[in-house]
Formats: sequence, C-alpha cells, structure tokens
Amino acid sequence: MDSFSMRIQIISIVISLILLIYSARLIIRGKLRAEYAIFWVALTLLLVLFSFWRDGLQFFSDLLGVYEAPNLVFMVAIGGVFLYLLHFSIVISKLKDDNRKLSRDLALLRERLEKLEKGNDEKSPGSAAPSRSPEGVGLPG
Amino acid sequence: MKKLAIVIPAYNEEHAIAEVVDAIHRLGNIGDVAIIPVVVNDCSADRTAEIARSLDCVLLDLPCNLGIGGAVQTGFIYAFENGCDYAMQMDGDGQHPATEVPQFVRTMCSDNAPDVLIGSRYIQRSGFQSSWLRRTGIRYLGFIIRLFTGLRISDCTSGFRMLNRKALQVVAEYYPDEYPEPESILMYKNAGLSIAEISVEMKERAGGKSSIRDFATVYYMVKVSLAIVFTYFNKQIKTDYHG
Repeated sequence: MDSFSMRIQIISIVISLILLIYSARLIIRGKLRAEYAIFWVALTLLLVLFSFWRDGLQFFSDLLGVYEAPNLVFMVAIGGVFLYLLHFSIVISKLKDDNRKLSRDLALLRERLEKLEKGNDEKSPGSAAPSRSPEGVGLPG
Repeated sequence: MKKLAIVIPAYNEEHAIAEVVDAIHRLGNIGDVAIIPVVVNDCSADRTAEIARSLDCVLLDLPCNLGIGGAVQTGFIYAFENGCDYAMQMDGDGQHPATEVPQFVRTMCSDNAPDVLIGSRYIQRSGFQSSWLRRTGIRYLGFIIRLFTGLRISDCTSGFRMLNRKALQVVAEYYPDEYPEPESILMYKNAGLSIAEISVEMKERAGGKSSIRDFATVYYMVKVSLAIVFTYFNKQIKTDYHG
C-alpha cells in the first residue's frame, strides 16, 4: 500500500515539475503573454505543492466537508476549466471585434490611397504606371 | 446634387457582380440624386475583386472575411465618411433588381420620408417569394419584432434597404456581423429612427449562395431571436443608465 502511494507521489511530482519547467520556458521565450503566464505558474506551483504535501488534499477536504478527497480535485478542476473557457470566449469575442474594425479601416484606407495615387498619376504624366512605392504617395505634383 | 451610395456586399460573386454594377449605371441620375456603386469584396476566393476593379465603381477590398454584416457596415461607413446623403444595400447576386431603386429614392426624397426604408416582397406578393419554410421563418421573426417594438414589418430579413444620414450614423457605430437584418430593425427603433416598408419585386439569385443556408436555419432562428431580445434589453440598460 505504502509503496503504491509512494510511486504515485513520485510520478505526480515529476509531472508537475515538468509542467512547471515547460511553462517557465514558454514565458522566457515570450510565447505566453504575462496575464496567462501568471495563471499557468500558479497552477503548476499548486500541483507541485500538493504532490509534496500528501496530507494537504485531505486537510482541505475535511475543511470543506468533502467526503472523498479526489472529488474535491475534480470539482475544483472542472470549475476552473469552465471559468477559464468563459474567459477565453470573452477574449476571442474581443479579438474578433478588433479584427473586424481593423479589416474595415484597412479596406477604407486602401480605397483612399488608391484614389490619391490615381490623382497623383494624372497630375504628373512622367510616372506612367501606378506606383505602389511609398515615394509615390503623399507628394502631389 | 445629392449622393446615394449603393453598397453591394460581394462574397464569391464573380458571375453576377458586373451585371449588378452595370444595371446601377443604367439608372443614371434619379432626379437630383447621383448614384455611386460601392462594391465591398468580403475576401472572396474567386475573381470578384479583379472584376470589380475593372468596373466603374468604388471597390472596398476587405483583407479578412467579415460576413455580410461587416461588409455592409464597411460600405455604409464609406458612404457616411464621403458625405453621401443616402446609402442603399443591394445584394451582389442579382436578387435585388436595380429597377426598384427609383421608387426607393422617390420615397426617401418625399416629405415625411422615413429614416430607414425596407423593400418588402410580401406587400404585393409578386416576384420571387422564397420557399414555404423561409416564409414561415420570416413571419415568425416579424412576430417577435412586433412583440418587442410594436412595428409591423412584413419582410424583416430583406437586405434591400435605403438609409438616410441619420441612420448611417447609427450603423457606423455598430452593426451585427451575422444575419444583421432583423436585429438591425431593433437597433434603428432603439435609436429613435423612423422605419417604413415599400413593396418591391425580387428575383431568384443569379449566382452565389444565400448567407442563410437551409441546414443552418434552426441556428439562424435561435441566434436572431436571442439577438432581438438582447438588443431590446440593451436599450433598457442604456436608458436606465442615462436616467
């Protein structure tokens, strides 16, 4: 019995440490934005804490009146995942909205730019082909 | 001389777009209103943009696909920023005949003209009437709109509409992405704009697909119903907030 729980403790310690190192690497390489980095560091630290502190889970279960300690883990994990998914829906909605504004303004600006370039070409007959280079823009005549 | 921008949202409409723009040009000026066709290419995969560039029209070329609402809003913002007195939406698939435009213009230029004029297939019941299932859906949405606004709109999904500058200002602020037509009626009502309908004939689309496909009808109904309810309460919140 004891060797069993010993084994699972070692496995969970190793997995949570790997997760911690991996998320630290992502943060250092700048692949995770700071606001998400905080969440992942906190989560992995929590995992590491509970894999070392074996009675911790039982302690909190008793505190909250949960009969079976694993149920507490499921409850907290599922609740956390749902909240985080909701958060992502909000983030995606905002991204989509920003995207729409950017595309819209880009299309409107492109049209204005083309109109300006056309106007420039008519004024200076020397430049025959419509120029897309930056020099062709904004200098009338 | 007044200006009317006819906004043509186009997604993969290479076969129909040239004819739609030509038909608009054939109208010439209507009274003292000059017409500017504005094609909004919603990131088509086909040659829509290339064809539109060769036509005598304004081309707004979106870099990402925004859906019908985003495309129409882009065109309306163009109209507003370029000092147009009116803007109209006309589908890029030939469903909305250009020959109906003059009666829109006459109504909008008359005394006691509405801010928003919607072209309806179901006043005279002539021309293309759509399938039974769609008509039922349209009647249901009309019922919901009547419930929340008291307005009787016989063809609330019709995109064939004309707006004046006051309405354009509202649309420039916000316009729904997907299936914008029924929801926008509530927006106009919330903004205190007057809305009227006019009888028009429509045709069956010449090319392209409806933005409302049959298998998505249930999703469409649920989404639009929710949007109408949310828009209604959104207004309540705003009026509460301002006292």
